[in-house]
Amino acid sequence: MITIPYLTALSTYFSYGLLFAFGQFRDFFRKIFDWWQASNLQGYAPICLGLEDFYIRRLYLRIQDCFGRPIASAPDAWFDVVERYSNDNNKTLKRTEKISRCLNLGSYNYLGFAAADEYCTPRVIDSLNRFSASTCSTRVDGGTTTLHKELEDCVANFVGKPAAVVFGMGYVTNSAILPVIIGKGGLIISDSLNHNSIVNGARGSGATIRVFQHNTPSHLEKVLREQIAEGQPRTHRPWKKIIVVVEGIYSMEGELCKLPEIVTVCKKYKAYVYLDEAHSIGAVGKTGRGVCELLGVDTADVDIMMGTFTKSFGSCGGYIAGSKELIQYLKYTCPAHLYATSISPPAAQQIISSIKVILGEDGSSRGAQKLARIRENSNFFRSELQKMGFEVLGDNDSPVMPIMLYNPAKIPAFSRECLKQNIAVVTVAFPATPLLLARARICISASHTKEDLLKALEVISQVGDLVGIKYFPAEPKKQLQHQEQQPGKDTIKLE
Amino acid sequence: MELAALNLVNATLNWVTSALDAPSARAVVFGVHIGGHLFVEVLLLVVILFLLSQKSYKPPKRPLTKKEIDELCDEWVPESLIPSITQEMLSEPPVLESAAGPCTVINGKEVVNFASANYLGFVGHEKLLESCTSALEKYGVGSCGPRGFYGTIDVHLDCEARIAKFLGTHDSILYSYGLSTMFSAIPCFCKKGDIIVVDEGVHWGIQNGLYLSRSTIVYFKHNDMESLEKTLEKITSENQRAKKLRRYIVVEAVYQCSVVIGMNKPMIVHSLLKWSRRHGNCKVQWVNVDDTLFWLVQNSGQIAPLDKIIRLKEKYRFRVLLDETNSFGVLGHTGRGLTEYCGVPIEKIDIVTAAMGHALATEGGFCTGSARVIDHQRLSSSGYVFSASLPPYLASAAITAIDVLEENPYLTLKLKENIAILWKGLSDIQGLSIASNPESPIVFLVLEKSTGSVKGDLQLLEDISDRALKQESIYVVASKRSTLDRCPLPVGIRLFVSAAHSEPDLHKACESLKRVAAAMLRAHGGKS
Repeated sequence: MITIPYLTALSTYFSYGLLFAFGQFRDFFRKIFDWWQASNLQGYAPICLGLEDFYIRRLYLRIQDCFGRPIASAPDAWFDVVERYSNDNNKTLKRTEKISRCLNLGSYNYLGFAAADEYCTPRVIDSLNRFSASTCSTRVDGGTTTLHKELEDCVANFVGKPAAVVFGMGYVTNSAILPVIIGKGGLIISDSLNHNSIVNGARGSGATIRVFQHNTPSHLEKVLREQIAEGQPRTHRPWKKIIVVVEGIYSMEGELCKLPEIVTVCKKYKAYVYLDEAHSIGAVGKTGRGVCELLGVDTADVDIMMGTFTKSFGSCGGYIAGSKELIQYLKYTCPAHLYATSISPPAAQQIISSIKVILGEDGSSRGAQKLARIRENSNFFRSELQKMGFEVLGDNDSPVMPIMLYNPAKIPAFSRECLKQNIAVVTVAFPATPLLLARARICISASHTKEDLLKALEVISQVGDLVGIKYFPAEPKKQLQHQEQQPGKDTIKLE
Repeated sequence: MELAALNLVNATLNWVTSALDAPSARAVVFGVHIGGHLFVEVLLLVVILFLLSQKSYKPPKRPLTKKEIDELCDEWVPESLIPSITQEMLSEPPVLESAAGPCTVINGKEVVNFASANYLGFVGHEKLLESCTSALEKYGVGSCGPRGFYGTIDVHLDCEARIAKFLGTHDSILYSYGLSTMFSAIPCFCKKGDIIVVDEGVHWGIQNGLYLSRSTIVYFKHNDMESLEKTLEKITSENQRAKKLRRYIVVEAVYQCSVVIGMNKPMIVHSLLKWSRRHGNCKVQWVNVDDTLFWLVQNSGQIAPLDKIIRLKEKYRFRVLLDETNSFGVLGHTGRGLTEYCGVPIEKIDIVTAAMGHALATEGGFCTGSARVIDHQRLSSSGYVFSASLPPYLASAAITAIDVLEENPYLTLKLKENIAILWKGLSDIQGLSIASNPESPIVFLVLEKSTGSVKGDLQLLEDISDRALKQESIYVVASKRSTLDRCPLPVGIRLFVSAAHSEPDLHKACESLKRVAAAMLRAHGGKS
């Protein structure tokens, strides 16, 4: 729940209204201009109709330089951001040869495997020489190498399930698995803030979709009871099966899922649980095994566990872990397994090596150090930001920290000012978040050192003062251990 | 007696008249004379109003009580998450122990590999490996972020520019997975209410994209231009008023599957004659399943006639989406794909997509077209915006692959020669026949005489490929399908030809396949 101060809400609405009005004005003039000039469409309907790309053309393009910044090095703790310039007011951006070395607070590099690693990279290059960059075939047709088999065993072992299957891309994993396990006549109950890949997979399956309030097990119970009692829409036949889809860490909120309560509710009503651990696998938990370990949930209670390797393992791809029968069935029917190229062998080797490092099987304690460092870094950074008066979301131990900005003008201001001082942050606005709740999202990594974090804090504090996003009163420096948060008067609660 | 009754009646009448004529009954209100009959009328009115104001009887609404909901929840039994495992689900594919090049190692033995779509032989090429190694050392493996949030690495931008330059288009966009290219590009441009005309034999990625786009989908017969024309005609005549309706045709350049058309007996002969007159290079086979004759159109591996499609598109004002996964790097004398092969300028195709996992021997996919098309996808394509970007070493491998292809156009010629050798060698194979186009890099073998059921066919083909692998060291695969796939795939054996296959290997393959096929069909014929 985010409490937005009354004045801020008002000014945000006003800003968006102004931008919208200006946009409509310019569209009107553009229409007149186009009507005056001959159209070159010759009878075809325009490829983008009316208001579909209004947001892109009139709002997004103004601040396009804050997104999609190219980099020229590995996305490690410090990286090189390529400078861009524009001659036509941000409509097109051209690259220059100049680069600036910035602190990386935006990439998903939770355990620091993004750059060349001393254990992983030599093995990856070996596997490249042995198996080449791609197998050029699907898993069932000559794309399964010994590396893939080893990878699946390794992942199943790490996650704590009997078997696992690996795909080449995390997005496709969700989109292609949900249609296979549930179809018409089934019910999918998903959290209101689930990721786009889950929404796409659910839509593609043909099952009925219901949404429950974000992270509220009581509302989930209410929806389950209602739906089981009512049955399928219109015919009222009983549902064939019910799957509840939740995520481990929600990437835009930084919150952990209330997994124990949700699992209890699902067990009571005989629904299946599908857990998407894209951000939490490898990053939370004592040995990095994700939210199940952190919150003390037995992995046998979660029916299907899904995750991706892009974030903590520095590679690409996604996996599904479950019982042996489930995995066998998926290997027989899932289109992503039967029709899509198998995961690239060097990427597979990177995952295997990074899992070995995390578990300490490479003979050093780097894995345990990394896990401890990311926990310390996240907690330190979060508490410092809150002390400074920023409105920071998310739970303790989660490496994702959104800082609320609200106003559309503050989005580019924050981003550009930070970049000037060599800090690279990510700002997110509509449509990834609700319209009023724009935010800057910080992702902490285990490769950030204490000095890096202190520098970042200094810069963010300066920029925060300049831009005016310290919505809460700052704690005076020489004060007590716990902080007191006093939201301003006349707040509106937004859920 | 009568007099008394008469008197009584008269008296009653007099009494009633006097009552009604009583002064009270005759009042003058506002200059209006009110008679006694008004009383009755007013009474009647009051009764009517009273009845109208009564609510009609509805059975009372009784929502379920908590106890009842509890009971329903206890009684409900869900289906199990997956159906029970059958024997065929337990089969495991063979495991490779080396790179998937023209020859590979399975179970310690070296086999000739016809199962990898390594058309130009780039798997194991030193230039590619070199560029990958330097990219790995510089950038690490993953890109750790989506394209909008510092996941755009300069190699991605270079790769996009290189592809656009190679194909001669304005711009291109990279996706991180081949399968997601089509199913993210289609919902970007097609929304509810648009019309898409699509070939029956397209693969699952396209089918999923069409389903997600929620547009109206009309299928036309596999690679049949007359059917396409009829469909376009019908749609245009039905929707003449809709100016804002977007209309698309989706085709694949080289199809990986073909189609089974079921018809009943009277129609068969007529259609058969028409069909065989039009398509010289197809063989027709009769399969009798449950009294309905199935007519196997053995045209998989078929190449779409692009010039005809372009003419139809311009006549009816449709836009074309072309999927060049299996033709990029293969067709055309410099490998630029179907547009070069058919002599069509690439500006006429609105959207071209391809997966790079075939000829270019890397992973991922790309989409290319005009600047407007590409720019729109950068913000509205879900597989691009919400997913991590392609690992940088694969992007640099793609750039190197295109460089090598451009410098050595003889690779496409070598591939064509290999296909021709294989065709010649397999044309007289017993019990199987080639069903693909002579220029297609996928050589598709189907059974001449089916066992009677699709399952039986599949089993036989699997046995043939297993035997070829174990006894003759030739690795071929039988086609597989997912339960989600709408297109009725035929079953057959697929051979992916590569430019890196040597002649002795190809001859060996032909001989071995002939031997195995003869043996298996004899054994099977003996059994049944």
